[in-house]
Amino acid sequence: MKRIIALALACLMVLACFAGCGSKKADDVIYIGIYEPASGDNGAGGKQETLGIQYANTLVNTVTLGGKEYKIELVEVDNQSSTDKAISAASQLVSKGCSIVLGSYGSGVSIAAADTFANAKIPAIGCSCTNPAVTDGNEYYYRICYLDPFQGTVLANYAFEEKGETAYVLAQLGDDYSVGLATSFQSAYEALGGKVVYETFPEGTSDFTAYITSAKNAGADVMFAPTSTTSASLIISQAASNGAEYALMAGDTWESSVILDAAKGTNLDVSVSTFFDENDDTAAGKEFVTGFKAWLNANPDKLTNNGGNDIVAAVSALGFDGYMTAVEAIKAADSADSQAVADALGGVVYTGVTGEIKFDEIGDAVRNLAYIKTVDTVNGAFVFGKIQTIAD
Amino acid sequence: MDFIAKYLPYLLAGISVGGQYALIAIGYTMVYGILRLINFAHADIFMVAGFIMVYASASMPIYLSIPLVIVLTVVLGFVVERVAYKPLRSAPRMSVMISAIGVSYLLQNTAWYVTGGLAKVYPTIPWISDTVTFMGCTTKRVTFITPVLTILLVVILVLLIKYTKIGIAMRAVSKDFETSQLMGIKINTVISMTFIIGSFLAAVGSLLYFSNYATVTPTIGAMPGLKAFVAAVFGGIGSIPGAVIGAFIIGICENFIKAAGLTTFSDAFTFALLIVVLIVKPNGIFGESTSEKV
Repeated sequence: MKRIIALALACLMVLACFAGCGSKKADDVIYIGIYEPASGDNGAGGKQETLGIQYANTLVNTVTLGGKEYKIELVEVDNQSSTDKAISAASQLVSKGCSIVLGSYGSGVSIAAADTFANAKIPAIGCSCTNPAVTDGNEYYYRICYLDPFQGTVLANYAFEEKGETAYVLAQLGDDYSVGLATSFQSAYEALGGKVVYETFPEGTSDFTAYITSAKNAGADVMFAPTSTTSASLIISQAASNGAEYALMAGDTWESSVILDAAKGTNLDVSVSTFFDENDDTAAGKEFVTGFKAWLNANPDKLTNNGGNDIVAAVSALGFDGYMTAVEAIKAADSADSQAVADALGGVVYTGVTGEIKFDEIGDAVRNLAYIKTVDTVNGAFVFGKIQTIAD
Repeated sequence: MDFIAKYLPYLLAGISVGGQYALIAIGYTMVYGILRLINFAHADIFMVAGFIMVYASASMPIYLSIPLVIVLTVVLGFVVERVAYKPLRSAPRMSVMISAIGVSYLLQNTAWYVTGGLAKVYPTIPWISDTVTFMGCTTKRVTFITPVLTILLVVILVLLIKYTKIGIAMRAVSKDFETSQLMGIKINTVISMTFIIGSFLAAVGSLLYFSNYATVTPTIGAMPGLKAFVAAVFGGIGSIPGAVIGAFIIGICENFIKAAGLTTFSDAFTFALLIVVLIVKPNGIFGESTSEKV
């Protein structure tokens, strides 16, 4: 009897695996894939980027191709912030028959899935992944944000001008985003004449005291730690409790309410670079911020996904622009066929809330400015610092 | 003075994290002593204790949530033993181990499902999370509390094993499982008690650990769990003082390796150290075959 039950259970499990595969594509629907982390280290950021895409979908959810109206549906998968889950998540989007894919937050998972999309001839738009390797050598991967060499140089300039001449750089081992940006920062900072101490920590580290002490002993004026927000909140709280006197800086990932919660009530000096400023005074920017906030406040579960407040993250703005760019590409292709969309995407020029998007021959948007924000630790809010460009 | 100011923070961090590893390591070593089972789910019980605290403190004051965390963690440890290990008492040891791995993944994935996979911020426990300055180095008060509390708990535990009836039963069971059963020792009570003590210490360990490193994720148990396990093997698995000393050595070593600028290799060095010790002394530091094992 026991054996029969065990056998029956095993059969059921096998069946359950196949149950998910039998989806059929409706005729008048276009699928846009959302390839983002909803869990893991980058889950918080991935959810915010997804929110921007979902909001854009509520504004534009149909497209007319060849005189026929198509409905646009979003297909979400969770890549769990992990490169070994990335390919199966990407394959799910491929088998669903997406015309175009948006994502991902976190360069590592984007690099891991790039070939899956390319082999299926599905174009992908990276909204906030800044590592050059995402689009490099892949004609199906495009990107609408700036790149790490640019971001690293911008941050190095800012750190050197405003904070001091010795930097302690801390990156996460094996994380393409973290190591890439840290290396860009290091070379730019050294080129300016600064001194850099570079160290790495393995995945899953929660004790950062030794790194914080080492930075102090190295006489650092600034610690540059481009990490996931999960590590970041640990670094910030431990830096505060260990009495760190140097400034903390990081790239776009740190522009998150997680950082604000961690830094609130401390006397740390935290600054980040980012793609978009909530107090942007262009007409498109203002309209997006008001509309997005109203949408968040009207949907309690969306508000929870945004971290429980209505602060507009830059990645949400990029997600919004990514979606709009994708729709433009579908319109330009006048087809739902992914290869046709891929062919049309390179020529799309679109002015979004984060500025003009125009792709170069590699597939990267041409961007030349970054926003530096600092954390107001008394009120727990980001304050606009300055717009930093590189003089070249 | 300058030398002290430079290296004292590493030492403090090492002692504090060592104490937290020690509290987890005792759970591994006691279960091994009695069942000859490496309880892989132990690190996840530690993680669940962290999440219980996050949710408990959101709905009740801290002086209620701390006892609640300890009680629920103990209940969880007890239930895991009853559901996943007890039915396999007469099965080959490998089956129990696989059952332990299953429980570990079950707990991790449940936590993943319940929390949505996002990191949760651990609540601040007043007083022990306060910042204090000691010889020019700033740290949290929990750094000093951990080693004291660890040693206190270990002394109580050792006394309990030496002088109480259940302690004597535990020692008997760890010496010879079948014979003590024949002599009338209620084996299930003894084993449950072992899991209860182990889970209690894991709950205390999680309170201290997360007060220092205030982020809880579903996989957070993996690294401290692994290091605590290494500490238990290092000190001679089955020996409680061995596990504690092993944990302090590992905690301090890994911090000083980071101090030497070898951050990338700090874990590698820790585990390489384990290999060296095991080559020289295969039973670990205190793991002589004649020593008492609980």
